[in-house]
Amino acid sequence: MMNGNGAPHDDGVADKVAGEKFDVVVVGAGLAGTAAAYLLATAGLSVVCIERGDEPGTKNMMGGILYRQPTEKIIPGWWRDAPVERPIVEERMWLLTADSMLQAGFKSNRYAEEPFNAFSVLRVKFDKWFAEKAVAAGAILITSTVVEDVIRENGRIVGVKTGRPDGDVRADVVIAADGVNSLLSKKAGLHGERAPNQVALATKEVISMSREKIEDRFLLNANEGATIEIFGDSTMGMLGYGFIYTNRDSLSVGVGALLSDFIKKKVNPNDLMERFKAHPMLKKLLEGGESKEYMAHLIPEGGASSMPPVYTDGMLVVGDAAGMSNAIYREGSNLALASAKLAVQTILEARERNDFSARSLSRYKALLDDSFIMKDLQMYSRTSGYFQGKSEFFELYPELLVQAAHELLTVDSVPKRDKQRRILRQLLGQRAPWDLVKDSLGVLRALT
Amino acid sequence: MAANEKTFNLNERAPSARVEEKLYSVRFKTDEEQSHLIVLDTEMCARCVDKPCTIFCPVSVYKWETEDHKISVSYEKCVECGACRIGCPYFNIEWHYPKGGFGVQYKNG
Repeated sequence: MMNGNGAPHDDGVADKVAGEKFDVVVVGAGLAGTAAAYLLATAGLSVVCIERGDEPGTKNMMGGILYRQPTEKIIPGWWRDAPVERPIVEERMWLLTADSMLQAGFKSNRYAEEPFNAFSVLRVKFDKWFAEKAVAAGAILITSTVVEDVIRENGRIVGVKTGRPDGDVRADVVIAADGVNSLLSKKAGLHGERAPNQVALATKEVISMSREKIEDRFLLNANEGATIEIFGDSTMGMLGYGFIYTNRDSLSVGVGALLSDFIKKKVNPNDLMERFKAHPMLKKLLEGGESKEYMAHLIPEGGASSMPPVYTDGMLVVGDAAGMSNAIYREGSNLALASAKLAVQTILEARERNDFSARSLSRYKALLDDSFIMKDLQMYSRTSGYFQGKSEFFELYPELLVQAAHELLTVDSVPKRDKQRRILRQLLGQRAPWDLVKDSLGVLRALT
Repeated sequence: MAANEKTFNLNERAPSARVEEKLYSVRFKTDEEQSHLIVLDTEMCARCVDKPCTIFCPVSVYKWETEDHKISVSYEKCVECGACRIGCPYFNIEWHYPKGGFGVQYKNG
């Protein structure tokens, strides 16, 4: 790797690259960018990947689940070699109210053995490993370098300007993999700015805890992992959820919600995190753990309807930069990797035509449309659109479900039929029958 | 629901102190020369009723200084999430990345 002991502006490689012409320049060494650089280099193209952090990963954050199968489409058998935390064998979902919790979950021993389904990861470790793979495949990695703008000639993008002196880098194609904020795709004129209801703001803490304690508390065999997604009281009615993921010797604890909801409700994200961690249902799980790091990150929201154009003359946009995230299914990393792969395929085809115009690169959009990526993001548009502004799903309904469970499970010599009536009365007391029907149909439509 | 009318008393513990405390464990390489966050028009902040940036910023970079009558920007603790750029109702925050290699340097991510 090229960073000179973490000292910015201190390596020779960047100077060698300046003024050079490459087949492809990738902006950002996150999952999408590194995957693209790796695949391009493997295909024999000259590729340079420019990262603003002192090392790949140090600007990056995600909840922490990486899926086995989608990642294998980039590097087969990756998990045997990569710094993963724990294979996930159990996924739980909690509906939380102030003093209660209703849970569902799925645990399977099939997930505890090869080929596995998902792993918890910490991005700083993982991204560094991933970038080393790209470098080993022949990609040039430049760290501690901000890409400030695109270079245009005759209306088409022919490279990028970096923050270094004489830092222009030229290429047939630029891949914008610069994450959710993607200043580069804005510079390229592909879109203006996301609205506050088109991003979620998430905070996360990595809380250190001994392996034995984690395995005892989450009922896990050695080295196995679990996830808990937590709806309801975790976000105080805001559209979003909290989570706990088990790492090797730490927990990733996070909570996120739409930025527009934070603004409307006047909630501070750190206060929300503190409140979340102090919940009686979490307290015991987290007890004795020590917070090692606090982070915050945006997540693109809204699915297909809030995506920018993903190609223009000489440029493609991948991953979070293109708004690819499907929060309800906890997907984003897989979309980043899959989009990178399609971007690479597009570039390889465009090379055969020796045509990197928008028309030629529009193949990328066609490939996306044809893949699960756009199909899922179209659907997610409906889902997230439906739930926006409907705080009853994050406040009232969790409350009603918990009340119903409480009623049903409290043994108090009341006949079951009376209990059922009582539950129904409670339900109808809080929500008109017509609204209940409308909500049920709405959810069904939004999720299918 | 008049959700926006409510004000929440979230925690017994003093929250602003807490985020300061948490930031001790976060690694930064601060650009001492210049801020990557610029409030464009300080008059606008004075007119801004809610000053939402002082609330939704996850590390409380922005504070309203009553005496100076302006927003102070503690850019050195910014974790570069980008929320302020999007959430400012007047698009009054110019948001850059810190210079290459500067800013937050996560250890876990």
